[in-house]
Amino acid sequence: MIRVFAALVRRDLRLASRVGGSGALSLVFFLMIVALVPFALGPDLNLLSRIGPAILWLSAVLATLIGLDRIFQADEEDGSLDLMTASPAPLELVVLAKVLAHWLTTGLPLALASPLFGLLVALSPTAMAATALTLLIGTPALTFIGAVGAALTASIRRGGLILAIVVIPLMIPVLIFGVSAAEAALGGTVPFATPLTILGALSLIAAVVGTLASAAALRWSE
Amino acid sequence: MKSVGGAGGGQNGNRTRVRLIVQNLACRRSGRRIFAGLGFSLGAGEALMVTGRNGAGKSSLLAMLSGRLKPDAGVIRVEDVGEATLAECLHVVGHRDGLKSALTAEENLVFARDLLGAPTASPRDALEAMGLVHALRLPVGYLSAGQRRRVALARLLVCRRPLWLLDEPTAALDTASQAVLSGLMARHRAEGGLVIAATHMPIGLDDARELRIAPPSPAQPVAETEDWA
Repeated sequence: MIRVFAALVRRDLRLASRVGGSGALSLVFFLMIVALVPFALGPDLNLLSRIGPAILWLSAVLATLIGLDRIFQADEEDGSLDLMTASPAPLELVVLAKVLAHWLTTGLPLALASPLFGLLVALSPTAMAATALTLLIGTPALTFIGAVGAALTASIRRGGLILAIVVIPLMIPVLIFGVSAAEAALGGTVPFATPLTILGALSLIAAVVGTLASAAALRWSE
Repeated sequence: MKSVGGAGGGQNGNRTRVRLIVQNLACRRSGRRIFAGLGFSLGAGEALMVTGRNGAGKSSLLAMLSGRLKPDAGVIRVEDVGEATLAECLHVVGHRDGLKSALTAEENLVFARDLLGAPTASPRDALEAMGLVHALRLPVGYLSAGQRRRVALARLLVCRRPLWLLDEPTAALDTASQAVLSGLMARHRAEGGLVIAATHMPIGLDDARELRIAPPSPAQPVAETEDWA
């Protein structure tokens, strides 16, 4: 079991780092969106630092969608998915490994780089730390929710757009609690821990439901 | 959960004693009946050649056996494989070769071995048997169609599975590789393995039984009227 899991994660990380992989793409996309905002809003530092966490979160949601449609579709097209169903490991484990690998190449670098990108929207050090922490806890939920859409659209050509339409509404709760946790850290009536624990709960729920639902969708599409 | 090497009942001996039994199988795709009432049974060391014209349902039959397609009716079961399921007993080599172009042949085979379990030969030895050892560290994307097919066939050797499902295995292969393939199939059958191959041409499976999927004749009621969409 662990051998299969490790083999899948290793392979997907390797694929992401090779030519044609989406390794650094979502990070660059994240940077693009964050960099565009100050141009649109003008150099009002107070305004930027107030809406900074929201901008970072919004960019994170959009950047997560990059490459998400290929998680299962690439394997469906070249027959690797047949290989995976022939494995003694259950499909849920396969899904979990693939989603984890995808998060390691998109969500994690995004959360780690967010303090740097926070400079572009004039975030204070506290806000940077808080946003990075909420992204670290919240992006797994985004990836797992997205995986369900990716599994549903695996056999559809040009499924990326359908994927975004299906998945973005489901990401709203994560966005709400992610932003409110980051803003609670800057002061306010709500203590920081409350939205943060809810965000953690959302990630855990998404991990369970997302894995089971993606595996079911992949089985069903066969 | 089962541990490493669970697939196949023949871990303790060299011979497997697998039986594949298919009864009264029917296939329906997009509402149209492709074939019905198909049945056969294969014992250890036996081979089956599935023939029929284009679109007769050869690939559909293999897809059903591999569990990718649900049969409309009928039973597929394996016997004497312990607690392994049918999917865990078989190797599939088809049109979609399951190889990642960005990975080298060796990486592809190592991944397949880790994924499928029951490792036997090293990727290097398997590629050597297919005469492709020079491609070991070459990304599969650089290989020709025939070479890719040989890498996919090398997967048959890196882990041991009793039932081989081959869809047009000789497509794109040169004559030397075809001879290698028939040698592999002969050895696999001598060890008690089963081979089912869908093909148009003789592929060196001597004394194999032939299953000819007949085209559905319009005279016989192959599809209920409401299914004709």
